[in-house]
Amino acid sequence: MIKRATFQGVALPYALLLPQIAITLIFFFWPAAEALMQSVLLQDALGLKTRFVWLENFERVFSDAYYLSSLRITAVFTFASCLLAMGFALLLAVMADRVIRGAGAYKTLLIWPYAVAPALAGVLWGFMFNPTIGVIAYALDALGIKWNYYVDGDQALFLITIAAAWKYVSYSFIFFLAGLQSIPRSVIEAAAIDGAGPSKRFWTIVFPLLSPTTFFLLVLNLVHLFFETFGIVHALTHGGPGRATEILVFRVWSDGYRGQDYGGSAAQSVVLMAIVIALTVIQFRYVERKVHY
Amino acid sequence: MVENRPFAAILSHLMLIVGIGIVCLPLWIAFVASTHDLSRMFQSPAPLWPGTHLVENYLAVLRSGIGQSANAPVGTMLVNSLIMALAIAIGKIAISIISAFAIVYFRFPFRVGFFWIIFVTLMLPVEVRIMPTYEVVAGLGLLNTYAGLTVPLIASATATFLFRQFFLTVPDELAEAARIDGAGPMRFFRDILLPLSKTNIAALFVIQFIYGWNQYLWPLIVSTEERYYTVVMGISRMVNVVDAVPTWNLVMATAMLGLVPPVIVVLVMQRLFVKGLVESEK
Repeated sequence: MIKRATFQGVALPYALLLPQIAITLIFFFWPAAEALMQSVLLQDALGLKTRFVWLENFERVFSDAYYLSSLRITAVFTFASCLLAMGFALLLAVMADRVIRGAGAYKTLLIWPYAVAPALAGVLWGFMFNPTIGVIAYALDALGIKWNYYVDGDQALFLITIAAAWKYVSYSFIFFLAGLQSIPRSVIEAAAIDGAGPSKRFWTIVFPLLSPTTFFLLVLNLVHLFFETFGIVHALTHGGPGRATEILVFRVWSDGYRGQDYGGSAAQSVVLMAIVIALTVIQFRYVERKVHY
Repeated sequence: MVENRPFAAILSHLMLIVGIGIVCLPLWIAFVASTHDLSRMFQSPAPLWPGTHLVENYLAVLRSGIGQSANAPVGTMLVNSLIMALAIAIGKIAISIISAFAIVYFRFPFRVGFFWIIFVTLMLPVEVRIMPTYEVVAGLGLLNTYAGLTVPLIASATATFLFRQFFLTVPDELAEAARIDGAGPMRFFRDILLPLSKTNIAALFVIQFIYGWNQYLWPLIVSTEERYYTVVMGISRMVNVVDAVPTWNLVMATAMLGLVPPVIVVLVMQRLFVKGLVESEK
């Protein structure tokens, strides 16, 4: 973790570390400590007095039926869009790995959505599915499906799911393609000589060799979808209709910023932090050692 | 592939083309909508082929926003987004590279402790601690300032970690040789380490530029004055207009303006982008 040849000096390294450490302490540790503290405090209605309430905020959060439903919505949304994005990306990566001509052009045309902000992804998909003038909404109408995501909660959830999946296809595609290209050709050729057809080769050789990439992508996509999709929900549905698309991150914001319920919002922040830390630990325990490029 | 099967090759191409069609469809629809006038936006379905109002629409939003409740000119928003993206990308790289240098090339008390302080922040994205961070920034009087928009997002465990990994692969002999030749640490950093890190810096820049440009929640709560709107958060105010139908042609023109700069960065620096992405997540 350190070089054999190091430089002398104590003041210099501290000076070099200062900006990073200062920003980290002020904007990470202080707020995190604040969140921990507020999560065990309760303000009265006028905001004049605060008192220590142990875990009452957490009890309140977890006994709230809406919070539990928000947990469920988040789980459904994250897993559905993650699987959708990864399945589609794997299919495209396998195809892009096979073609010889035009591979570069295909790759270029598939990676750009990575650069689109989640909020803009929401706006683009919202426009296509807009009940009044959206082209896809129009097509669905022609097929006899009544489409209006402003009133139908399941449709709204479906819409944010595919908007999020679209945004993350390119990310998974890049990693799958890199993973596929790192599989030695000789292994595949050996299997072909032994008489294994393309699909048999894929399921018995390529897919198992790709599994570390897949697992790593699964964890990372879950983390991304968990947090970065605030923009999609905020721009597209505002958590509605009703509370049908109120994912956890959106709720932390709406309870704290709009509802002024700092204790409840802080308790939710603490729950979210616990989830991220758990995911990070999983990533390091199981992924770090197994992923090779 | 191993065997020569023309049919399979055609099928692969076909599936890729369909996939690209699905991926590119939203962009096409948005672009087409941004080239029509408002009256066309009241007929269902939205157009599939470009109209003739491209220049007019784009100039209108750049100069004066889209009217209704969102009057901030998109030109200003684009400048703000650019400032934010550049400040975050450059700031992150600058403070990360010097802290990684300190951690790898010096022995000093609490070195490992500092490393962990930085590393732990990997687990705390801004969305998680949004309210308390907002209060801290408000307490420091940084609401509606560029500093408030950028500085809290500058600390970066990922970048520090990446530079640390890279420095560890730089041969020890270089530092020894530099020391024998009488070069001090900063001289070594400037003349040897920085040039060696050029590709890594560029790759990281692409990733962080996109990260900064696409920030949404943070500018949404930090900038309440239209002067400090960024384009990505500004557009949500245009879509969620109260008691009115959004002027879709202008909204889509704004969306195009908001997504084209980072997309161009990705396409132009494609190789660096893929490198940065794969390495920073490793």
